[in-house]
Parts: sequence; structure tokens; C-alpha cells
Amino acid sequence: MKKKHIVWTVFTVIIASILFAVFKTTEANDTNGSFTIYSEIRDIEGLKTAVNLAWTLLCGFLVFNMQAGFAFLGAGFLQRKNTLNYLTMSFMDFCVGALIFWAFGFALMYGGSSLTPGLDKGNSFIGFSGFFLAGNAYHVSTSSVWLFHMMFVVATCTIVAGAVAERFKFHAHIIYSMILCGILYPVFGHWVWGGGWLANLPFGSGMKDFAGGGVVHGVGGLIALVGAWMVGPRFGKYNPDGTPNIIQGHNISYIVLGTLFLLFGWFGFNAGSTLKATDLRVSIIATNMFLSATTGAVTLLYTSYYKTGKSDIIMTCNGALAGCVAITASAAYVPHWAAVVIGISAGFLFKTSLHLMENRLRIDDPIGAISVHGANGLWSLLTVGIFADGSYSGVKGLITGSGWQLLAQFIGCITLVVWALGTGYLVFLLLKKTIGLRVPIKEEDIGLDIYEHGLSCYTD
Amino acid sequence: MGFYFRGLRRANIFCSFMFMLCLLLFCTNMAWAGGSDPTGEHTFAMDFRGVDMSEHFVWVLLTGFTILFMQVGFIFLGGLLQAKNVLSYMTHCFLATTLGALIYLGAGFALMFGGFELLGQHFGGGNAFIGWSGFLLLGGSYDVRIIIMFLFQAVIATFIGSIIAGAVAERMKLSAYVISFFFIYIVIYPLYGHWVWGEGWLWNLPFGVGVRDFAGSGVVHAVGGTLAFVGALFLGPRIGKYSKDGTPGFFPGHNVGYMVIGTVLLAFGWLGYDAGSTLAAGDLRASIVAANTFIAGAMGAVTVLYYTHLKTGASDIGEACNGFLAGLVAISAPCAYVAPWAAVVIGFLGAIVYMTNLWFVEEKLKVDDPLGAVSVHGANGLWGLLAIGIFADGSYGGVSGLITGNGGQLLSQFIACVVALAWAGGLGSLMFFILKKTIGIRVSERVESEGLDINLHGSPCYRLQTEAALGAEMEGAEEGAEEQKNTEILEAAFAKDAKREKIYSEKLGIWITAKPKESDK
Amino acid sequence: MKKIEAIIRPEKFDIVKDALTEKGYGGMSVTEIKGHGNQKGVSEVWRGKRYKVDLLPKVKVELVVADEVCDNVVQTIISEGQTGSIGDGKIFVYELLNVYRIRTAEQGDTAI
Repeated sequence: MKKKHIVWTVFTVIIASILFAVFKTTEANDTNGSFTIYSEIRDIEGLKTAVNLAWTLLCGFLVFNMQAGFAFLGAGFLQRKNTLNYLTMSFMDFCVGALIFWAFGFALMYGGSSLTPGLDKGNSFIGFSGFFLAGNAYHVSTSSVWLFHMMFVVATCTIVAGAVAERFKFHAHIIYSMILCGILYPVFGHWVWGGGWLANLPFGSGMKDFAGGGVVHGVGGLIALVGAWMVGPRFGKYNPDGTPNIIQGHNISYIVLGTLFLLFGWFGFNAGSTLKATDLRVSIIATNMFLSATTGAVTLLYTSYYKTGKSDIIMTCNGALAGCVAITASAAYVPHWAAVVIGISAGFLFKTSLHLMENRLRIDDPIGAISVHGANGLWSLLTVGIFADGSYSGVKGLITGSGWQLLAQFIGCITLVVWALGTGYLVFLLLKKTIGLRVPIKEEDIGLDIYEHGLSCYTD
Repeated sequence: MGFYFRGLRRANIFCSFMFMLCLLLFCTNMAWAGGSDPTGEHTFAMDFRGVDMSEHFVWVLLTGFTILFMQVGFIFLGGLLQAKNVLSYMTHCFLATTLGALIYLGAGFALMFGGFELLGQHFGGGNAFIGWSGFLLLGGSYDVRIIIMFLFQAVIATFIGSIIAGAVAERMKLSAYVISFFFIYIVIYPLYGHWVWGEGWLWNLPFGVGVRDFAGSGVVHAVGGTLAFVGALFLGPRIGKYSKDGTPGFFPGHNVGYMVIGTVLLAFGWLGYDAGSTLAAGDLRASIVAANTFIAGAMGAVTVLYYTHLKTGASDIGEACNGFLAGLVAISAPCAYVAPWAAVVIGFLGAIVYMTNLWFVEEKLKVDDPLGAVSVHGANGLWGLLAIGIFADGSYGGVSGLITGNGGQLLSQFIACVVALAWAGGLGSLMFFILKKTIGIRVSERVESEGLDINLHGSPCYRLQTEAALGAEMEGAEEGAEEQKNTEILEAAFAKDAKREKIYSEKLGIWITAKPKESDK
Repeated sequence: MKKIEAIIRPEKFDIVKDALTEKGYGGMSVTEIKGHGNQKGVSEVWRGKRYKVDLLPKVKVELVVADEVCDNVVQTIISEGQTGSIGDGKIFVYELLNVYRIRTAEQGDTAI
């Protein structure tokens, strides 16, 4: 596939979208003037809408700040010669992803949920209304939900970018990002959040994923697993006898900075998922998230200190992120003590998973995305079934003596694994057969910055 | 002797700053006039209205804080400069954030928003051309509602300085830059801002609904970009930028990764900037504003990235970042008035405007703009103003553009463009001309060759391991006579070098530095 | 054959390189180094205090040339790299035993 073909494919999709959107807009009829409620607020309902909308938007902005965190984190973990390549991947997947999610991803995900106006059509497997945010979906509430969830879906793409970094073809990354944002993520998201069949499971309160431990991190981490497996380890990562070598990151301070930016954004990620400021549970959610993050960090700092005698800041940062991911699905449902327990378990899970990936399965994951997001994403789904104390939305876990919620969560996990691994495999297989996944070995040696982007990150 | 005068000059500058500070403190001592609400207890009440009000406050404050993050983004854009000039650019941005805000507090805000009404608080006096109340936020403007407006606007005002810093980087004198602030923040920016945002004559133009500029494509970016253009024009290109026949060379950035991170941080702030410009949490249009902002930026980046890929075979991320920013600038003005599909079109055209303008400024006008501020902010600011007149769909604020079959709005927006160009371009030229004739705006060739960081700010941005230990502290701050002599020799030598031209060597097929002319020897 | 090792001002490097390239001495190795000779450093500012810094950034250019052109190269570097102030740098010239080109195993003058 020549470069012209790639460019024209991307642009045809986008231009066709615009034309279609213009067409849709002209046919839209705004008889009730629903999208113009913006002026003065006269009653308590209006006030509620306004404060909820402000909350969703601000939290959405915070989630966007996580992109800066991902950029820093990835840049720090990779080699000097590939920094710019990763930054481009993570930058462009949110640009392309936003456009695709606007065009149809959002409609597939939230159609039929009736969460906001214009999202009325859909069944329990897929939604089909709200394309292009046009027609009835050209509404302030719909836009705010779109913005918030668009930030989630582009985070998913960036998670995958981390695991396949340093050897993946840039354009192959953009194309699977488009598919991920357009189909894979929205369909699973619809089952969980868009009123699909997982949300309506007859066990417990149905499957619950509060802020995307499964939908965002699970999907991202598992697709990252497939991607990293299909593309193969970096050149020089494994010796002929299968023992791994260490390929060091080039700037540790970036890793710490990136983690801090991510934690800052994560407040919006979890607390904002109420989509309502009037849902005062947000304070408990934010506290849970932070407790879990700090516990994860402390756990990994002291386990690595116990093992090596050195206080390892890289592991500590990963521990904080693992703690964040592990609490993401359950942040709203569990008490504070459970957040601490989840943080500790997340730290150990991360370490085990890292060992499993690197030494047993021999899947090369430069940033640790599979262990941080995939393993802990699945674990976070289960924590809802275990630690939920029934104080919020009636979700009761094992600790209250009810096992049904755990069953629902377990079904959710299985579905997630099957869906993400299966469709991920298909997409990567298709790409491998057509444009190829991997850059030539010579270019990998020289560095992808020069090969893909024509300039290196640093001049000296 | 020169040594003595230099010391005196420093003392002079220091004393004038202290004098200003004392004046400020003296003014602050003036009694509170009454009628305003400095504690907020009259504004807030335990009723529906009070809750509504507090919600507005949360919204405006939090988006204001988010906007401040844009300065982090601006500072990170310094990755596109040479390593020897990074601190200098960062100082420029930092001074814009700090000194700029102080000057804006002193006078700019009063001139810009005098006579404005926010959240039911009428704010002193002003006419269609100028406002005159709220100097130093004294007297009647010592009021929670006015000060929240001030916070939001002061943070936005600081961007003008950062935009200019991008175009004048690597060669501007810090003193000239600082002095230009007083003019920019007291005259150029506030008055144009008053005409548009302070509900002055442009706001009330009789065509369409008058000029609308939701989040500052015109007021902030077009004005800033025009000033940046004028500044870069008066400074002239960096040494070695253009060869003899005018072919531009390039200086690779020292850390392009900073550019990407800076862009992401800018975009984060930008979401708050556009959505917060509703200035009221009750204006639910904010969500469409934010969505439009993001879509336009994304489309700009995608366009530029694939264009560069088509042209060169490499996916140029530095340019794609500028494309993202171009889309964001272009959507700033129309973000509230257009539908999401129009945001895609505006972002796409914004990227085209950016690339065309970059080519035009660099290749045709031969103005050296290290960070592309003129093309990103100036050109797209103007395009953003016009885009309202074209794409506004009439669903918000009664603004309807060409697509609804209404050409009046476009005329208004066009007038605003012309006024912005004439006002900022004219006064900016005057300002830079006077500065050039009096104190000089450009550093010496020696300083430019050695790097601005070490010469103006006393320390390089990046050090090697071997440099870790600094020597003993020195007693006096001044150089000795011998060092003075050496500096003079160096100044002369580098000035001579700067006169050399780049010539194209047919034999080698590359550009090389020519030998010094005979007359210089 | 001679090896020429020139330590010059970083600001002058471009000019020196262009002059050498023009004369046909294109091959060189360049290192950014720190050091000091008679020029005893400059003063820098750290946390508001002025300090003496004794190591300054310089560029080390290494070339290997045939005996007969050595003088020409040295003169070029001197004339282009000179400012007349302290700190212009030094040029060291060494005798060289042999040069091999790895690709073809040539040696001597042809391998330069």
C-alpha cells in the first residue's frame, strides 16, 4: 500500500463523514428548540443541569490532561531514537480517534441508552443513533457526554501505542486506532455503558464498570497484548535462549512527571464518571482512587527494595498507575479500606503480570501497558464483585455475603477477554496481511524517528 | 567608564520598578468605596440565586485555572528552539505570565472592561471606544464578581506576550521585550479587546449582530499574531537563516518531544479557555463549544500530518502539532456558533491557512518566525473571525452566517479583521520602530552566536555532568577591564561573521558560508 | 600523514566546517567538549549569586590529512576560527603511522 493510498483512505473517510454530516444536518428538524437551552436558569432543574454539565466538561478536560501524562511516560520509557515516534503515535491517535468517534463510534456506543437527547435508537448489542452529533444529538448534554467519552476512547488507543512502541508501523497504528475507536471499543462499551446486555445481566445489579476499568483499560490492555504478540519483540530484547535483556528508557524524570500528570488526570477520569456533580459520591470516589494509587506505589517501592536493596522509582510509578487502574471500575462502590486492599493487590498483580509477560510468554511490552492496564483492568472488574459494600446503587459484593455480583463481573471479564483478544487478533491479522505491522529491521536499528518522521527528537 | 554607566543603568531600572511598586501600594491604600461586594456575602445568599451564582464562580475559576496550564504548554514549545536559547524563550513566556498580568491589573483591565456588566454587576464607566474604571481593581471594582472576571481575563491576556515570544525568539533583547509590554498591555490589546469584548463599537456594528469573537481568535490571537509578525519583521531574521538568494535554512529544534507535550498541554488549557469563555456555568452551550474545539484541532493536525506525509514521505509531528494549534486558534472565535461538522471544516481550512501562510511568510516575505507564531496565531486568528460569518448556524446568540443565507455577519467579521490588522499592525510598527531607534531591539551578534541563555540569563539550560560543580562565588558583579576588552574584540569578530552570506556551492551541491568580504578585513 | 586536532569555539564551528568543506577536506570527526586553557572561564548565575565557571563549551574537530595539505588546513582553521580574543582554542598536529579503510582494506594516503 503506497503512502498516497493511506492518505487518501484517511481523507476519504473524513470527507465522506463531513458530507454525510452536512446532509444529516439539513434534514434535522429542531422543532422543540432543544439545543438552544442556554440562557438564564430559572428553576432548580436548570441549575442541576448546569452544574452537572460544568462538572462533566471540567472532568473531561482533566482526562485530556492524561494525554500529556501518557506522552511523558512513554517518552521516558523508550529509547532516545524512538521518542518522537511514540509521541506522534499517541498524538495522532487522539486526533484521528476523536474524528472517528464523532462520526460513528459514539453512535454505536451510546445509541439506545437514552442517556441524553438524540440517543434513542439501539438494541442491547449495538446502538445506531447520534451519528456526527447531528440531528437531535446536536444538543448540549449530548456534546458534553461525547467529549467526556471521547477522552476515554483516545486513552484506550494511547494505551495500545505504548505496548507496540519502537517497532510498529506508524500508519498501521493509525488504522487500527480508527478501527478501535470506531468499532471495537464502542461495541463493548455499548454492552456495559450503553444499556447493552452485560449491563442488564440478571445477576446482582448487572455487570458494573464504574469508570472504565474494563471498558477502557481492559480493552486497551488486552488489545495491546494482541498487538505486542503479533508484532513480536523488539530486536535484541530476547537472547537466543529466551532470556530477556533490559532495554533502558532514556529519561527517568519524564516517567515520574508523566505519572504525576496521569494521576492529576485520573481524578477527572474516576470522579467525572458520575457525569453528575449532584452525585455527591464523587468525594468518596476521588479519595478511593488516590488511596489505591498511593498504596500501589508504596507496595511496589518496598517489594522492589526488599528484593534488590534499591528504592526503584520506575516500579513505584508503575505501582501508582496499577493502583489507579485497579480501582477504576470499583471506585464508587467500595469503602476506603477496600481501596487500600485493592491498591496492595494491584501492586502484586502488576509485578506478577510483568514477570509472566516478560519471562514466560515472552511478549515484549516496552511501557508495561499490558500489566498496568490489561491485568489490572480485569482485576478491577472483579473487585466490584468482591468489595462493593452496597452503599451506592445497591451493588453488593462478596463482603456483604452475596456472590451474584461477582458472577456478573466474572461474565463481564470473560466477555471482555474473548471480545478484545478475538477482534484484536482479526484486526492485527488483517493489517499484517495488507500493509504489514513491523518496520524493517534496519530502520528499527537506526530508530523510528528518522525512518517515520524524518527528524530526530534531540539535535545533539 | 562604560562600566560605571552600566551599573547606573541597572540601578535606574531597579529604582523605577521600586517606584512603581510603591505607587501601587499607595494606591491600594485608598479606601474601599462601598457599593461593591468584596466579601461575596451580598452576592451569595442561601437561596436559589445564591447557589446559581456560586456555581458560576466555580465554573469561571476552574476554567481560569485550566487556562493557566496553557502557559505551561507555551513554555514547552521552546523545544523547537536551539538549546542555547531555551531559557531566553521560557523567560519571555514567564514574564508574559507575571509582568503581563501585573500591567493588565494596573491599567489594561480597566481600559478593556470598563462599562461592562457581568453576572448582574455593572462595572463602572466606559464608552464605545474606551473603558475607564477598575484601575488596580480599586474602589467599586473591589468586588467578587468583577475580580473573577479579572482573573479569567488576566490569564488570557498573558498569552499575547507568549505568542509574540515565539516569533521574536532567539534574538530579541529582554529589555525591549519588557518595555514593549507596557504599550501592548495598556494600549494595543485592551482597546481592541474593549471594542469587541467590552461591548464597544465593533460589538455593536449594525451588520448581522455585530462582531462576535467567542474566545479570542481575533482579540487574542489575531492581535498577538500581527504583533508577532511586526516584531519579527523589525528584528530581521536570525543569523544564517537566509542564504544570499533568499532560500531559507532551518535550525533544528533541540527537543521536538517538548513540542508534542507542549501542544497537548496547550490543548488541555484551550478546552477550558473556549468552554470557560461562556463566563457562566448556566450557559450550557459550553459542551458544544468544547466538543467543537477538540474536533477542529484534531482535524487540523490530521490534515497537516497527512499533507507532510504525502509531500515528504515522513510524518512530520512538529508540523502536525502546529496544525493542531492552528485548528484550535481558528475555532476559538466560532466555537460557540457553529455545529460540529462545521468545526471539522474550519479545522481543515485552518490547517490549509497555516501551511499557506507559513510558506508565504517564510519564502516570500522572508520574515523569520522560529515557532510559526504568525501563521498559527495571526493568520488563523483572522480566519477564525471570518469563519463565524460563514458557518454560524443561528442556533446560539442569534448569530447566523452565510450558510443560513445571511451575509451581514460576514461583513461585520471582515471589518473586525481589517481593524485588527490595521490597529495591531500600525501601532505595533510604531512601537517597534521607536524601540529600535532608542534602546535597540536586537542583541549583539556575539550574544546571538554564543546563545542568549548564558549571556542574558547567566546560566545555560542544559549542563553536562562535568559542569556539575560551580566555582567559588564572586564578590563583584562587574567584569574586569581585561574581560571588557575581550568582550569588545568578540563583539567585533561576531559582527563581522554575521555579515557573511550563505552561498550555494555548485561544486559541492550544498549551501556554505561565504568568505568575509574584502572590505571587512 | 598528519592528524590535526583543533579545539575551537562552538559558535565558529559552522564557519570552519564550511571553509574546510569548500577546500575539499570534508571528512572530520567532531566532539562537543568542555575545557579551559588560558581563558579562565566566565561567570554564571546560580540562585541569584554570581559564580566563576572554569569549564567552557568547545568543539573538538579531528581530521586526518596528507602531509602536503596539512599546512593549508591549519591556516584555514586559524583564519576562520580566529576572533582575536582569549578562548579561540588550539590546534595540535600529530604524526600518523598509518590509515586503513575498513571497507576496502586500503592503507596509506589513498585511505584518507
